[in-house]
Amino acid sequence: MTLLGVVPSTFSGGAEALALVVLLTEFAMLRAPLSRSQIRLYAFQSLAVSSLAVFVAATQHIDDLYVLAGLSFVLKVVLVPGIVLRLLGDSPVDLAGSNRFGVATMVLFAIGISVFGFFVVGSLPVHSHSLPAPALGLAMAVILVAFLLVILRADVVSQAVGFFSLENGVSVASLVVAAGLPLIVEVAFLFDLLVAVVVFGVLMRVHHGRAKTLSTETLDRLRG
Amino acid sequence: MGWDLLLVLTVPLAVSVVCWWAPVALGRALTLGSGLLTFVLAAVLVPAKTTTALSGWLRADALSVVFLVAVTFLYAVTAIFTIGYMQPAGDARTTATYSRRLLAGLNLFAWAMAMTPLVNGLALLWVAIEVTTVISALLVAIDDTDRATEAAWKYVLIASMGLGIALLGTIIMYYAGASVFGSAYELFYPKLLGAAGHFPPQVVRLSFVLAVLGYGTKMGLVPVHTWLPDAHSEAPTPVSALLSGALLAVSFYAILRFYEVTERAIGPEFPRNVLLAFGVASILLAALYLASQRDLKRLLAYSSVEHMGVLAIGMSISSPIAVVGVLLHVLAHAAAKGTAFFGAGSVVRKFGTKDMTRIRGGIGALPWTGPMLVLAVLALSGMPPFGVFRSEFLIVSGGLADPRGAVAAVLVVGVTLGMLGLSWFTTRTMLTPSPDHPPRGETSNWIVCSMVIGLVALAVLGVHPPGQLSDLLTRAADELGAKI
Repeated sequence: MTLLGVVPSTFSGGAEALALVVLLTEFAMLRAPLSRSQIRLYAFQSLAVSSLAVFVAATQHIDDLYVLAGLSFVLKVVLVPGIVLRLLGDSPVDLAGSNRFGVATMVLFAIGISVFGFFVVGSLPVHSHSLPAPALGLAMAVILVAFLLVILRADVVSQAVGFFSLENGVSVASLVVAAGLPLIVEVAFLFDLLVAVVVFGVLMRVHHGRAKTLSTETLDRLRG
Repeated sequence: MGWDLLLVLTVPLAVSVVCWWAPVALGRALTLGSGLLTFVLAAVLVPAKTTTALSGWLRADALSVVFLVAVTFLYAVTAIFTIGYMQPAGDARTTATYSRRLLAGLNLFAWAMAMTPLVNGLALLWVAIEVTTVISALLVAIDDTDRATEAAWKYVLIASMGLGIALLGTIIMYYAGASVFGSAYELFYPKLLGAAGHFPPQVVRLSFVLAVLGYGTKMGLVPVHTWLPDAHSEAPTPVSALLSGALLAVSFYAILRFYEVTERAIGPEFPRNVLLAFGVASILLAALYLASQRDLKRLLAYSSVEHMGVLAIGMSISSPIAVVGVLLHVLAHAAAKGTAFFGAGSVVRKFGTKDMTRIRGGIGALPWTGPMLVLAVLALSGMPPFGVFRSEFLIVSGGLADPRGAVAAVLVVGVTLGMLGLSWFTTRTMLTPSPDHPPRGETSNWIVCSMVIGLVALAVLGVHPPGQLSDLLTRAADELGAKI
């Protein structure tokens, strides 16, 4: 086999690198000790997703995607992190130590589940025109690690960020398999996300106001 | 008829906005008017053929109308109940703010739920369901107690994560369609259904499983039901009634839309098996929880899990009569669960507790709503002459005709176990005489009125459903691939 057969093209190499950045940011969120750094990581991850959208728009000549990338930049890189950081503004302590396991154990779990997701999706008969197929496996890994983030971190900010980043994972998946999704539908998705973020924010504030902490340790009264 | 759909979607929204600002009395009257009007508009659609509006973005076929009728009926009776619910003595100022918020929220919630069966296409369907989640999460938290906050947080987090999975399922279905339509197209139902036969089978399978898991979280299927008992028990009673009777139903509607496409793409066997697994788990686990419940509203919440299991099992049966039974069950469950929650709300207000070990002599204290609560619980347990009996009878008789007869047996065992728990606790709290029960008398005639309407509707569905409604159910079953 010649070297050219192994080296990816600029297109697939660039796309896969961006998708990988999204996944690595998810790992960083999982282990980030401070709530504020988690939110900044979310903004960075959203930036990577928006860049991926621009990348697909440029290489596949889908003009709608430029609009979508712009909207998702405004919403997910600027507005959502801004809203959440503002809501956190009056909670004096940054949260540390909400982990249910040690950082190393959590990352090992995450690696295991990412590998699982990546290979399971790899075995599906999915052929994409817009992005190389491994990007779908990476998107699946992002989604699964987002679930871990919600499960393994016991504070409301991690859990909310877990949901937001799950949506980022689904966005990457949609760039791979549904790049032509009508703009109006994508805009509706984004609007929905904005509403959900506001409601998450309101409930986070209410929880913080009542429990005086961002931790979810006290949320165990309802059982049975 | 397009104006009909537009009215259904604009009136509750407009009323919601007005309720936020207007005096409470006006808000209550408008809510009642809006509930009744949307129900009448939905009833007008019953005999109609498929209706579309907004150049195809809104569409009501027989399946949509079944769910629209369930939602709007419950909206109307909940509006009546809410008038009674809002008549406590208390600090006038907080009560007014609280009442305005609750009324605005209820109308907005009903609007989102009415929108769900009317939007055309899987993508907008997802958007509508996510809107119902965020609105109802705020309504669950509206009482502003520690328990309500906890329930709302669990609900919004678990349901949103589930809907994330459903979104992935939707996108994968889009990919399946792209193999026929090319990369850019609208996910309208008729288009998808027409071409479903050419979709790649493995991709459709994946999409269906993700959709059932995702929307199943909202519907309360075991093992992704964990938010449900908390949210139903901690929400204000009108919200509990809408959550249980209407919201779970519209989530089931979303699954049915995926079922339709999947059934045409790869045949009914696979989707039936998936639904069967979730259905059996739901009905059996719910029966166990029903037998060990002490909280009156949690008891009704687990009964909802059980009934969602009945719906899922009903769809897994190959006989067409069972599918008609499932659709009738959606309507009957909405009426029965709404009425039961209204009765529970009346009991909780009278006795000041949800703990069933501390409630005794309910019938002595509540001469009207007490016996009607017992009747509603008996209806929920599948007793004749109510609608739930008829629908479960249709599902079981379909199940006996199915090659897998064991399904019907599991269904009967599950429903019977559920009945034991449900009726044991309720009859004990209501029928056991107690000398020291609170003074005899109803808290509000509006509550009595809402329950009477619910029970009459249940009896009508059970004894003799109107001909046009039966016709509607048959047409809807036909759309689901069950030709009679």
